[in-house]
Amino acid sequence: MNLFKKCAVTIALTLSALSIAQSQAAEVNIYSAREENLIKPILDRFSEQTGITVNLITAGADELTTRMELEGANTPADLLLTVDVGRLHRAKEMGLLQPVSSSVLEQRIPAKYRDSEGYWFAASLRSRVIVYDHSRVSPDQLSTYEDLADPKWRGKICIRSSSNIYNQSLTASMVAHHGVEETEQWARGLVANMARAPQGGDRDQIAAVAIGQCELAVVNTYYLAGMLNATSEAQREQAEQVSVFWPNQQDRGAHINISGAGLSRYAPNKEAAIQLMEFLVSDEAQAWYAEANNEYPVRDDVPVSDTLAAWGTFKADDLALDQLGIHNAEGVRLMDRAGWR
Amino acid sequence: MTRQIVFLRKIREQSALISIIALCLLLSVPILTVVASVGSGSDGVWQHLSDTLLWTYIGQSLTLMLGVGVLVLILGVVPAWLVTMTRFPGSRILEWALVLPLAMPAYIIAYTYTGMLDVTGPVQAFIRDTFDLRFGDYWFPQIRSLSGAVTMLSLVLYPYVYLLSRMAFLEQSVCVLEVSRTLGAGPWRAFLRVAVPLARPAIIAGLALVLMETLADYGTVQYFGLSTFTTGIFRTWFGMGSSTAAAQLSALLMLFILVLVVTEQWSRNKAKYHHTSTKYSRLPQIRLQGGRLFLALLCCGLPVLLGFLIPFLQLAWWAWDTRDIVDFSAFSQLISNSLKLAGTAAVIALLLGLAISYAKRLQPGVPMRAAVRILSMGYAIPGTVIAVGVLIPFTWFDNTLDGWLQRQFDVSSGLLLSGTLVAVMFAYVVRFLPVSMNTLDAGLGKIKPSMDDVGRSMGLGAWQILRRVHIPMLRGSLLTASLLVFVDVLKELPATLILRPFNFNTLAIRTYELANQERLTEAAASALMIVLAGIIPVIIISLSISASRPGHDSRSANQ
Repeated sequence: MNLFKKCAVTIALTLSALSIAQSQAAEVNIYSAREENLIKPILDRFSEQTGITVNLITAGADELTTRMELEGANTPADLLLTVDVGRLHRAKEMGLLQPVSSSVLEQRIPAKYRDSEGYWFAASLRSRVIVYDHSRVSPDQLSTYEDLADPKWRGKICIRSSSNIYNQSLTASMVAHHGVEETEQWARGLVANMARAPQGGDRDQIAAVAIGQCELAVVNTYYLAGMLNATSEAQREQAEQVSVFWPNQQDRGAHINISGAGLSRYAPNKEAAIQLMEFLVSDEAQAWYAEANNEYPVRDDVPVSDTLAAWGTFKADDLALDQLGIHNAEGVRLMDRAGWR
Repeated sequence: MTRQIVFLRKIREQSALISIIALCLLLSVPILTVVASVGSGSDGVWQHLSDTLLWTYIGQSLTLMLGVGVLVLILGVVPAWLVTMTRFPGSRILEWALVLPLAMPAYIIAYTYTGMLDVTGPVQAFIRDTFDLRFGDYWFPQIRSLSGAVTMLSLVLYPYVYLLSRMAFLEQSVCVLEVSRTLGAGPWRAFLRVAVPLARPAIIAGLALVLMETLADYGTVQYFGLSTFTTGIFRTWFGMGSSTAAAQLSALLMLFILVLVVTEQWSRNKAKYHHTSTKYSRLPQIRLQGGRLFLALLCCGLPVLLGFLIPFLQLAWWAWDTRDIVDFSAFSQLISNSLKLAGTAAVIALLLGLAISYAKRLQPGVPMRAAVRILSMGYAIPGTVIAVGVLIPFTWFDNTLDGWLQRQFDVSSGLLLSGTLVAVMFAYVVRFLPVSMNTLDAGLGKIKPSMDDVGRSMGLGAWQILRRVHIPMLRGSLLTASLLVFVDVLKELPATLILRPFNFNTLAIRTYELANQERLTEAAASALMIVLAGIIPVIIISLSISASRPGHDSRSANQ
């Protein structure tokens, strides 16, 4: 054996010894698009209860899936967590996930909030709703997402950029219901009705309604809930200026998006990872989600936070969630054509 | 015998040169990877882009560069001249304080000013309450706009121009200025006609850094809702899922940068500026009074006030306001991670930058120049693009090695390099090496080639000349180069985010994640830590530059 081969073998043996040592300790590796402070506490609880170490990397969903794709079969990732179903769908299409069959997940999560083939599961829900200045708009002027394109709202609507994933998913849901052409017409109407060029985040839209720059805005429910419970008095005052309107209650229901998880195709710690997925829909984790981030629990039997309870119940769109992923790219292109910045 | 030695020395120098070029190639891999992915088809996304947003991307990027370029020249060169050539109350403090905004990341100053000046912020609320107005009854500049972005970026980027032009003004020859004065030029005319043209290479080097940073900025333009190259790349890649079209956009961006880099080098190569003498007499410093004093205070004070003091105080206020809900227990880990990364990157970038700049001085041939040119582009490429450019070759290497080991020995190496701090560090070096190279190039350029010749005639080799002649003369540039990289890494976000290993966070990541959830006030504590960690190196740079001119440190001036 020549020197080169000797070196290679030594290195290889050391490495394999290392990797054996690694795989002996129970652990789960998570690639999370949900930011650390919104997921770490519940992961810590999981570690406490099971003794399984949880390793975490947070970044944007697309950066994480790119990383998983390039790492290939050697990826250390066990779970991919995202805050949007379109991204989970894309990960499935890219071949990064594997199906999970778990009776716990299937029993606890309603069928519409998980992939029909078991590639991903929802952990929490949020709705994208219309908020309005209740001193200037009466709820009976409001009806549907479609109505936002009506000329009567000219210069009165605030909404963030079309680069935002929540707007992309909302548009994708419109494409699923009405087709590309009709949705593009709608987007043009909406753009014509904007009070200002899209900018900032959802909280900024709510604040803009509160000070009168616009009369209504399209936002995710938990942003308003977050502002209502903010430490800053100014934010609370702004949030109290607006009310929630659930769109499309007479027909298909309000647009819903999820945060969820999928099992990596090459997950090195598959058992522990499924255990963690099941923990995410346990009573404790679901209650924590509901309280800490004001999201809707994915389970019907877990109560929502008081803030959310005050807005009452609503009818949710039953559209299969993978449709949001399927129509995402078409949605973005039509938003471009409609001039939605 | 002697012939043999000469021959051996030649071989050694040649092999050193070849290894430098090999190093440059290695470091260019991420950039070339992006260029290489241009060839493949893009499913009509490119067509869609050129039908819809491409021209907006180009237009807004150009406008941004033009605006920032003009503003940083005003904010950088004028104060540099004033604090170097004149004396007025506070000028000693302003001398170093003018560099402070360098510690303020662009995205953080953007968050801060938006928090203050947006329609919902306290300033406009105060106007509405005081005058009993409603929104729309009064005019107020729109902070989230193209001109807002120009202002934000200029306020934190002008120090590059300030630093480099100040260095040039300090090192200028008094004789030249005196000659111009005896020829009847007033101080202002001497400034415009003599000092600025002489300092031009330094000013342009600073401007190039600023413009590259402007092109690579993502945080500010994204937050303001602008459509520039960087936001376009993200949107194409992530919104439409087309990494190919995103790579094509990146390649177009690189074309922009190439024009910039070539123009910069062309403008520098046309003339060479070396010190004519090694004698420095004290720079004449004019004492300002009256209206001129006021103007000077305004010119030098405003950049510090707007670029540092106001956002700093606002952050401090927010941090104090949220002290009960921010989790400070994780801070020591975040701070130590950030400092370690920044420190290591600074040392590596310094060593590599010195090796490459020196090799270029020794052998300014075509392959060397081409390699340096490619490397220089790293600074203008958005961090995310660099990160993916690092991920592709690293994972390829890891997976190939793993496959080979499995076939040969039936053992697995897994991912050896990707997902480690090595990958993170590689990305930093690719991204920030140009900062260190530019600074060292400027420093080396001022050392007369005759110094090398003298060394050579005394029988010193290239390495010995570097060690015994150049490095001592370059101390200021070496310090500046390493500290600039240090501060840049402290502020860096996207590459760290994508490439880092498990359970590894930095201050920049913490700040970004909170800001991304629109919790600006809670993000203030970690933002403040970034700024504080960056202040000390920034002050060191500034002081070392002031001390770089013999007879110009504060003690001797007071005697």
